[in-house]
Order: sequence, then C-alpha cells, then structure tokens
Amino acid sequence: MEVLTTILSQLATIFSTDPIGGMFTPFGMETLIAGMLSGIMYSLVGIGFVLIYKSSGVFNFAQGTMLLFAALTYVSLTERQVNPVMAFAITTVVMIIMGIIIERTVMRPLANQDLLSLFMATVGLNYFLEGLAQGTWDSAVHGLDLGIPSDPIFVADVARETFGWESPWFDILVSKFDGFAALTALIMVGGLYAFFQYTRTGLSLRAVSDDHMAAQAVGIPLSKIWAIVWAVTGVITFIVGLIWADRLSVSFTLTWAVLKGLPVILIGGLTSIPGCIVGGLIIGASEKLGEIYFAELFGGQGIEHWWAYLTALVFILIRPTGIFGEREIERV
Amino acid sequence: MYYRETGQNVSSYAEDRRMVPVREDRWIMWTFLAIMFFVVPFWANDYWLSAILIPIMVLSIATLGLNIATGYTGQLSLGSAGFMCFGAFTAFNLLFRVEWMNIWLAFLCAGIVAGLVGIIFGLPSLRIKGFYLLVSTLCAQFFAEWFFNAYPWFLNYTSSGVVALPPFHYRFLPFQDQIFDFFGLEKDYNAYVWRYLIALIVTVLLTVACKNMIRSSTGRNWMAVRDMDIAANVIGIPVGKTKLNAFFVSCFYTGIAGAMYSYCYIGNVDFMIYNLRRSFLIMFMLILGGLGSILGSFLGAIFVYCWPILVTRFGDAVFGGGTLDTAFVENNSKIIVGTIIVLLLIYEPMGFAGLWNTIKHRLRIWPFRT
Repeated sequence: MEVLTTILSQLATIFSTDPIGGMFTPFGMETLIAGMLSGIMYSLVGIGFVLIYKSSGVFNFAQGTMLLFAALTYVSLTERQVNPVMAFAITTVVMIIMGIIIERTVMRPLANQDLLSLFMATVGLNYFLEGLAQGTWDSAVHGLDLGIPSDPIFVADVARETFGWESPWFDILVSKFDGFAALTALIMVGGLYAFFQYTRTGLSLRAVSDDHMAAQAVGIPLSKIWAIVWAVTGVITFIVGLIWADRLSVSFTLTWAVLKGLPVILIGGLTSIPGCIVGGLIIGASEKLGEIYFAELFGGQGIEHWWAYLTALVFILIRPTGIFGEREIERV
Repeated sequence: MYYRETGQNVSSYAEDRRMVPVREDRWIMWTFLAIMFFVVPFWANDYWLSAILIPIMVLSIATLGLNIATGYTGQLSLGSAGFMCFGAFTAFNLLFRVEWMNIWLAFLCAGIVAGLVGIIFGLPSLRIKGFYLLVSTLCAQFFAEWFFNAYPWFLNYTSSGVVALPPFHYRFLPFQDQIFDFFGLEKDYNAYVWRYLIALIVTVLLTVACKNMIRSSTGRNWMAVRDMDIAANVIGIPVGKTKLNAFFVSCFYTGIAGAMYSYCYIGNVDFMIYNLRRSFLIMFMLILGGLGSILGSFLGAIFVYCWPILVTRFGDAVFGGGTLDTAFVENNSKIIVGTIIVLLLIYEPMGFAGLWNTIKHRLRIWPFRT
C-alpha cells in the first residue's frame, strides 16, 4: 500500500506545475520541445524505411547499415583529400548504383515471396553491407564536421527582440542543430510529397504500393519502379547519414540509428511519411520526458532504451497499424 | 539400397505413432546418442567440449526456442537474448540463494520464469501482427538489459557486473559429495565433462519434447496460426491461446538456453553478453537453418557458430598463423554469411534443412532425376 501511495504522489507531482518535479513548467516545456526536435532525427531515419515499405512491402532492416556505408564512404573520401562537393557527388552516385544492384540481385529474384523472407533477405543484406563498408574503408571512428551550428538559441531573447513578447514560458533553450535537422526533414517530406502526388513515377509508385500484381497487370514496370525507390532511398539515407554523422561521428554505432527509427515508424504507421514525422515527435518527446520525470519511478537511470519501445507499444495497442497506417482488410 | 522405408509396415497404433518412423533412422539416432553419451566424454578434450560441443548445444536450444515462436507460429521475435538473460539470472539466483536447489530444478524454474516473462511481452500479439510485433520483443530485449543493470541485487551487488560461477553451484546428483568420494573422483563439479553431460541431457530432453509437441495438436495449432490466423480462427482454433502458449514454450526453451549458456558454456553470469547482437545471431541461425525445422535449428547453430572458427583456422593453415588480421577475417566472414543468407532465401527458402531434404530425396531416387 505504502509503495502505491508513494508512486501516486510522485505521479501527482509529475503532472503538476510544481517548479521542482512538475512537467507543466518552463523547464518541462523546454524538455518537451528539445525532445520533439531530437525526435525529428529519428524521423529522418524512418523516412527511408517508409519509402521502401510503402513501395515494395519490404521491411528494410539494412537501413542502418546503408546509413553507415554512405557516411563512411563520404568521410573516407574527404579524408583522402577529395573535395567535399566531389565526395558528395561520388557518394550519391555510389548510393544510386547500390540501390539498383540491390534491386537486381536481391529484390527481383524474391519478388512475390512472403514478407518474412523479404525481411530476412534484408537482414542478410545488412550483414553483407556491414562487412563491405568496414572492409572497404575501416572500422575506426571518424569525426565529421559539416559546419552546422550546434549552439543553442535562447527563445526569450528572440521573442523580445522580434515580437516584444515577455513571459517566463519563453525561458527555454533550443538547439540550432535540431532546428536544422527539422528543416531538412521538412524539405525532404515536402519534396517526397510533391514527387508522389505530382509526377508520373510517383503515381506508379503509389499504384505499386497499393497492389503489386494489379500494378503489373496494368503495365507498370515493377522492377524499374523498385530500382528507382531503392536508389532514391539510398540518396536520402546518405543525406540523413551525414546529419547523424555530424552529431555522433562516423562509426559502427551509426547502425543503431535504425533501432531509434523503428518505434517511430511503427507509431506513425509503416506506410505513411507524415506519420513518420509525427511518430518522431512523439517518441522524442516521450523519451526526454521519460528520462527526466519518470526514470525515478523505476529506481534507476537509463530507461530510454526500452521507454521508446514501451511508448510505441502503447500507441500500437490502441491503433494496431500505427496512427496513419493503412488498415488492411484480411480475407480467408 | 540400405536405406529404404519401403516394406516397413506398421501393424499397431503404437508403431504408427513412433517418433522416428524409419528403422534406419532409429539406428542412426541410437548410435549417435550412444556416441554422444558414452564415447565423447572419455575421448574429447577440454577444447572440444568447451569451445565446440557445449556452445553448439546451447545455441541450438536457443534457436529451437526462437523457431517455436517464429518458425512454427509465425510471431517475429528479436528478444531471444533478453529471455535468455531472464533464464540465466533465475538459475543463478536460485542456486545461489536456495540451499536445497539442484541444477535441474533451477533450469526448470529458469525456463518457467522466462516463459512467464514471454507471455507478458507476447500479450500484444493478440492485437498486433507482423512487423508491428517487433516493438514488443525489442522492448523485452532492452528491458532485460536495463533491468539487471538497474537492480544489482540479482547479481549479488557485484561491482564488476560479472559473477564467476563457483563449483558448488553445479549440484546435479543427489548425494553428490558421497558419490564422488565413493568413486574417488575429483570434486571439481564444474569440470567441462560434467557441464557437457548436463547440457547434453537437457538438449536431448528438450529436443524430444519439441518434436512431440510439433506432431501433437499443440504444434498443429501453432502451424495453423502461422499459415493464416483468420482461417485458423474460423475452423475453431483458439488463436489467442495458441499464440500465448507458443510464446510461453518458446521463451521456456530460450530461458533454459540462457541458463545453460551461463552454467554450461561460459561459466559466469553477466547481463552484458545477452545483448541485441546475440538475438540477431540466434535469428541468423534460425534463418540459415530453416524456419520450422528442428534439424534446421541444429544445423543453423552449428554453421553460424563454427563458421568464424573455420575461417580463422583455414586462414592460419593457408597463410601461416597470425598473419591474417582479425578485422579482415571478421569483415569477410560477414560478407560471406550475408551472401549465403540471400542466396539461400532465393534458391532454398527452407534453409539448410531444406537443402538436406533435397539431397536426401535426390539420393533416394538416384540414378533417376527429379
């Protein structure tokens, strides 16, 4: 009983405006916003996942390794005195070629197999790329600085100078880096939306994602579409990889970015790009708030690894296909 | 000519229900078991026992556990190492804290505790399907790693996070001290021979149990749910109950594998080794071996475990010892394993077990071709 009352009183403090342990305070706000912005980083990883899942029904586990591969290629090239623009171009081409090769050698022979085999194939691909990336270059830790500013902005200053607003609620710091990541995500999602809605290829992509066989029946070249998707995903993954690498440095740990992206896309729904952004916001916020306010309930720090998954689990239990995911009607 | 099921007729229901229906297979099985029980303990040295045979058995059981959930019931799981962790810690705490506990009972409890944890994390499977279920099992994985880190009581407050298992934990016989005195044996109960025999007995029991579950109504329900759960529901199979008991049995096996991993293989308890990488390794063993095949679980475990050893040995033999960089070997074996996975999925989706069946079939009708 006593344990229960302590927990309840702790919970009551968390959901209050109490300046020390309460969530509804400027500090709580700051945590929330910082969390949401850092969640955008996870959304970025998720976009690649969703693109491939949407168009081919493949749950691409190799996403994290593709990220590492791209970032490592770029970094290694620049370290060998290739100028950054050139290195960027080369890596982009490499990623496009890789996408096409993957389609040719892995996806095409496995077309119309069940989803589990396709997933397993990407697990194999993951292993292959892991070996390839570290075998071609090396497994050392590389620093990468793209010159993205990482100093925080004090919101109260901005609010006072531009709008003349004053409030204790503006006493929060926002990282410029996270803002930059959010902007990239916005541009990417906007671009992809336009691509899907207003181009002929985008139309075919949507058709393929609806139903492979029907799309093939009306004459859409499935393998060409898949090659395009894998190539586009490769390039997006490269850009995301650069942003992640700037924050974390390039090393094997980058592949674990995938594990951060996973709950995000599952919350948003595996087939929805906007869902991916929303999922990122939710996971990011929940992770930060959980770390600061709820960790004590469990008597220890470091809950963030499973907390994100728990959050995702709660959302999925309410909506089994994510917030924006398509609900499939199953027939016998 | 020597291996034919033709002409082996059954004349009673008991014979019809035999686990191994072909006479030659039974001979092979008994010979194999006799060698494993009576020849290997005397002949094999510590290297073979500790670095090849024990880990293969332990990992095979873990793979078998995953096979029950993923291969037979179609529930994707990436939390195997987490459940192994629960098993290992249960066995350790029981043997450490309970005076009269013996290793068999501790393993059983390890399985049951891991199984119950498995049911908790399997509950979402009633509502969510497919890849969305990864969330639940990954949550289990990370929760296990965090849990045993956050509550050091389970490790008896050891600051290093690793506890070496003392010999007195290995209580596998009644009146063990007296028996060892009587035969004049040395009392190092954690010698590899004893560990090997413990692992072997557990492996045989669990494999036989699994084989029998698969060919009973339990197993048929699992497979019906895997093939199509709506159809299974329509013909009256309780889908929810089937999924949960699959999770229980799967995690029961994995938990025991975890306890064996600590007790029989590495000889210490440590939550760091039960990380996500190990879950993936078990997943690879399952894929390469073949989903939904007991033999496949063993073949997959043998291949994935022995492959790096073989590569290193081969490299040493060809290029001379120590010239090959470990990173080089590791990267290349990753590339090759990845290639093999993809190739197997394309040409032989049932893994090594499927390959084995194809070869068997080809040989049987030789010199004709399929």
